[in-house]
Amino acid sequence: MIKYISRRLLYLLPVLIGVSFIVFTLLYITPGDPAKMMLGEQADTEALEELREELGLNDPFLVQYGNYIKNIVVKGDIGTSYSTNRPVLTEILDVFPNTLKLAVAATSIAIVLGIIFGIISAVKQYSIIDSIITVFALLGISMPMFWVGLLMILLFSVKLGWLPPSGLDSFKSLIMPAIALGAQSIAVITRMTRSSMLEVVRQDYIRMAKSKGQEEHIIIFKHAFRNALIPIITVIGLQFGLLLGGAIITESVFSIPGLGRLMIESIKTRDFPVVQGVVLFMAVTFSLVNLVVDLLYSYVDPRIRN
Amino acid sequence: MKSEIIEVENKLNTPSKVAKRNGPWKDVWKRLKRSKMAILGLMIIITLMLIALFADYIAPYPYDRQDLMNTFQSPSSENLFGTDEFGRDILSRVIYGSRVSLLVGFIAVGIALVIGGFLGAISGYYGGRVDNLIMRIMDVLLAIPSMLLAISIVAALGPGLTNLMIAVGISSIPTYARTVRAAVMSIKGMEYIEASKVSGSKDIRIIFKHIIPNSLAPVIVQSTLGVAGAILTAAGMSFIGLGIQPPNPEWGAMLSGGRAYIRDYSYMTMFPGIAIMITILALNLLGDGLRDALDPKLKN
Repeated sequence: MIKYISRRLLYLLPVLIGVSFIVFTLLYITPGDPAKMMLGEQADTEALEELREELGLNDPFLVQYGNYIKNIVVKGDIGTSYSTNRPVLTEILDVFPNTLKLAVAATSIAIVLGIIFGIISAVKQYSIIDSIITVFALLGISMPMFWVGLLMILLFSVKLGWLPPSGLDSFKSLIMPAIALGAQSIAVITRMTRSSMLEVVRQDYIRMAKSKGQEEHIIIFKHAFRNALIPIITVIGLQFGLLLGGAIITESVFSIPGLGRLMIESIKTRDFPVVQGVVLFMAVTFSLVNLVVDLLYSYVDPRIRN
Repeated sequence: MKSEIIEVENKLNTPSKVAKRNGPWKDVWKRLKRSKMAILGLMIIITLMLIALFADYIAPYPYDRQDLMNTFQSPSSENLFGTDEFGRDILSRVIYGSRVSLLVGFIAVGIALVIGGFLGAISGYYGGRVDNLIMRIMDVLLAIPSMLLAISIVAALGPGLTNLMIAVGISSIPTYARTVRAAVMSIKGMEYIEASKVSGSKDIRIIFKHIIPNSLAPVIVQSTLGVAGAILTAAGMSFIGLGIQPPNPEWGAMLSGGRAYIRDYSYMTMFPGIAIMITILALNLLGDGLRDALDPKLKN
């Protein structure tokens, strides 16, 4: 197992170098002069030139990229923000807890509700409750999360006054963003759980268990659900990537100071090192989550273990 | 008695009773028709396309006509969906918005499909080193959540319709590359490919004549659902100000504009959202129906 994990971590290295190269190239070709950005439009040419030299902006592309990678490897330094002059990593770690809270809350809600709804829907196939869940799941994957967010703000903040419309300073303020971000995933996991359960329920060993007189809830959870888990885990892993991307938009809806907001603001102020840093940071997070998902596979299905 | 038997025999033998040979696509269409939901989805999509195409004739007002005497008018017979902060007719803007969303959705998927499909086909058909190289590049792209990749690309290219289509398209290339690759690999081993090779067909001919038509099913499903995903991503990016720029009408951007007035003029955040939801719902219904219709496992 440890061998497998270390091999996977090792494989992550070239992927992340690739990611850094793509992001670095993208922002290299972006028009706009960071030196002018930092000193203002009125700055004199000499000062601008000096700053460009200092930032290494006059070096050839590959030298700049090489320095970028060298700093990451040697000093763990992913750059300095043009606008605040603080290390990018500090900027990221300052706001990351908010994004993490949001992502974890949304993922938990999505997994718990998605699996519960999916199982109910499958066990009571063709019943009214199945139809209701199916319709809601269909609406769930069709509603953009920022709209879900706006509708919730309208209902729970503006009309009822129950929940705060913005910020992330209490448990109460986490509820709406987490649901808005997780809504689509709830729907996707519900659908996958339902179809995966229905697939498994048709198998002979379920009929066998039934004919032996096994109790229904044991059949559902012990015999059926555990065997239906693999595609559900796959879909949960895929959802996490969407959640990280979606967090950017949800943070904007609810004015939450997280990675997403940091990224959008940095794009608008052309603060490239921060943009690079956020993308790299999210790619690392995403890759690690994928690794965990793969490990879960082998935990759930011993056949995959070797 | 005897004549009766002969009649029955004749009936059994008449060619008209031998099942008509349908093309594979006719079968798919027949199965698709059975799903009411899929047909509903298809009809909604066709309607939306017509609305987008004939927006000039359907919309009651030009999308950018401001009427500063009539700002923030609630829905009425004059303005069915009300007016916004510049007195622009929201219904007209929603109608014109369908152009942008459908255009972005289909073109972005088109870009992803052409590039991703090409890479996936080469990867799956040739295997070995080429496959390895292409797939490792795809791994790199997949390591960045697609919304994030699209945002980074827009950050580099700048906002606007064309760049949005390119960004959303590029960010979904890996998905199509993988789908096509898997489909090609499963077909490559078939005997008829072998036969074609032995009889001296060139690779190009085999790829375009045999492999692509036979691997279309998963690609079609993926593309239908992909258009929905692309529209959502584009709307999301416009919502955060990195997509379509004002005054152009785009549903996500309209929602973003309405957010500031949600307290007093909540209708502004309703109609563009409903428009997105209906579009995505229709595409999902059609995609689900197509998946069932194209899935050979369910073939009777």
